[in-house]
Amino acid sequence: MSTATNAASRATPYALSLPAIALFALMVLLPLALTGVLSFQEYDAEKGVGAGFTLKSYAHVLGDSYYYEIFFRTGWIAALVTLICVLVGAPEAYILSRMGKPWRSIFLLVILAPLLVSVVVRAFGWSLLLGPSGIVNQIFGAMGIGVVKMLYTPTAVVVALVHVMLPFMVIPVWTSLQKLDPMVENAALSLNASQWTVMRRIVLPQITPGLLSGSLIVFGLSASAFAIPGLLGGRRLKMVATLIYDEYLHELNWPLGAAIALALLVVNLVVMLSYNAVLEGGYAKRMGRS
Amino acid sequence: MRRTGPLAIAFHTCVTIFMIAPLVIVCLVAFTPENTLSIPWRAYSLRWFRAVFDHSDLMQSFWNSLGIATAAATLSVLLAVPAGIAIARYDFPGRQALNGLLLSPLIVPHLVLGVAMLRLFALLGARGSATWLALAHVVIITPYALRLVVAALAGLDRSAEQAALSLGASHLTVFRRITLPLMLPGITGGWMLAFINSFDEVTMSIFITSPQTVTLPVRMYQIATESIDPMMAAVSALMVALTALAMIVLDRLYGLDKVLVGQH
Repeated sequence: MSTATNAASRATPYALSLPAIALFALMVLLPLALTGVLSFQEYDAEKGVGAGFTLKSYAHVLGDSYYYEIFFRTGWIAALVTLICVLVGAPEAYILSRMGKPWRSIFLLVILAPLLVSVVVRAFGWSLLLGPSGIVNQIFGAMGIGVVKMLYTPTAVVVALVHVMLPFMVIPVWTSLQKLDPMVENAALSLNASQWTVMRRIVLPQITPGLLSGSLIVFGLSASAFAIPGLLGGRRLKMVATLIYDEYLHELNWPLGAAIALALLVVNLVVMLSYNAVLEGGYAKRMGRS
Repeated sequence: MRRTGPLAIAFHTCVTIFMIAPLVIVCLVAFTPENTLSIPWRAYSLRWFRAVFDHSDLMQSFWNSLGIATAAATLSVLLAVPAGIAIARYDFPGRQALNGLLLSPLIVPHLVLGVAMLRLFALLGARGSATWLALAHVVIITPYALRLVVAALAGLDRSAEQAALSLGASHLTVFRRITLPLMLPGITGGWMLAFINSFDEVTMSIFITSPQTVTLPVRMYQIATESIDPMMAAVSALMVALTALAMIVLDRLYGLDKVLVGQH
C-alpha cells in the first residue's frame, strides 16, 4: 500500500507537468529540430527545398562578404545599445532606489511601463520624433543645427533599441540594489570615505551581477530585434533579423534563412548561458557566497 | 541620509522624458485634423480614430488579436498552474530541465521560434490556422504565467492547508477550497501578463499569420512599412490607452511593480 502511494506521489509532478511538456516538445523542440534539418537541405530557385544533406547554405553565408557586413553591423549596434543601457540604466536605477516613498514607485512604473506597450507602437513613436520634420529636428533647427537625417540610419535604430531595452537593464540593477543596506554606505561615509570611494567599493560591487545579467539580456535581445530595425532602419539598413525575414518571406530560400537563424540562436544561447557560468563560477566565489 | 543632488534630478528628468516621449507623441498626433503627421497645436479632430474604426482590415486584425490572446492566455494558465505546482512543490529528477524548457522562450529569440514554427506549420499544412497560431502564442507567453504562478505558490502560507488536511479534508478539497483561492491573485496576474504579451507579439507572429489570421501588431507593422499616415498614430494611441487600462487592472489585482520587477 505504502509503496503504491509512494510510486503515485513520485509520478504526480510528471503528471502535473505533462500537458505543458507535450506542448513544448511539439512547439519548441520539434520545430527547432526541423529547422536544424532544414538548414542542411538543398535549395533550388526553381524546385524549392529538396532532400539530401548539404553544407551549401552555411558555405554560402561564410563565403559572402555581404553577410559579414550584416553580422558586423548587428554586432556593433547591439554592443553600442548595451553600452548606452549600462551608462544610463545603472545610474537611473541608483537614483530611483534613493528616491522617497511615493516618487520611487511612480517613476519606477514610468520607466518600466513602456515594456507593456507593443514594440510596433514604440517604433512608430520614434519615427514621428526622429523624422525630417519631427520634434527632434525642430529643436535642432531652433538651435541652428539644421535638419539631421536620423530616420533610416543606425542612429534611429540605436535610439529606439535603447528605449526598448533600458527597462531590461534597470530591473536587474534595481533588484541588486534592493539588497544593499543604505546603512553600509552611511557607515563608509561617516568613516571618511569619499563619495567616489563609496561608489567604487560598495555600490559597484553590489550591482555588478545585475549589470552583467542586464548586459547579456540587452545584447541578446538587441542582436535578435526585428521590428525596430525593420521599421526604423528601412530596406537598406539590414540586420540579422531582417535578413532572416527576407530570406524566408521574400527570397523564399528557407534553408539559407534557417542556417542564419540557427547561427543567431547559437550566439544567443552562448551569451545567455555564459551569464550563468560567469555568475555561478568566479563571481560568486569572489564574493564569498555559495 | 544623503539627498538626491540637482545633477541626479536633471539626469533622471532626461531619462523619464526619453522613456515617455514616443508614447506621448503618438497620442498627440492621433488628434491631428491634418492629413500629415503633425501635432495639433490649434485644433484637434477625431477623424483619424473614425478612420481606424472604418478600416475593415484593422478591425478584423483587432478581433483576431483579441480572440487569440484570450484563448492563448487561458490555455497558458491552464498549463502553468499544474506545471507551476510541480516545480514549486515537488522535488523530482528533471525538475530543473522542466523549468528550463518552460522558460526557454525567454532565451530563444522570437524570430527563431517564428521561423521554426513556420517550418512545422508548413509540414503539417497548418498555415493559416488560428488554432495553431494561438498554440504558438501559448508557448511564448507561458513563461510569464508560470513565473507568477510559482511566485504565488512560494509566498503561500501552508499552515491553512495542513490544518485542513489534519481535519480530514481530501487533497482535492484542500486544493479547491484553500490553495486555489490563495493562488488566485497570482493566477489572474499571470493571465493578464500573458494576455498583454500575446496581444503585443509581432516578431514571431509575422512568420506564421496568414491573411485571415493577421494580428493587430502584424497588420500595423505591414501598414507602417508601406505608408505612414495619422491613422497609424490613432491605432497606436488606442493601443497605449488599452495597455494603460490593462495596467491599472493589473495593478489593482496584483501590484504592477511585482509583475514588472518580478519580486514578491
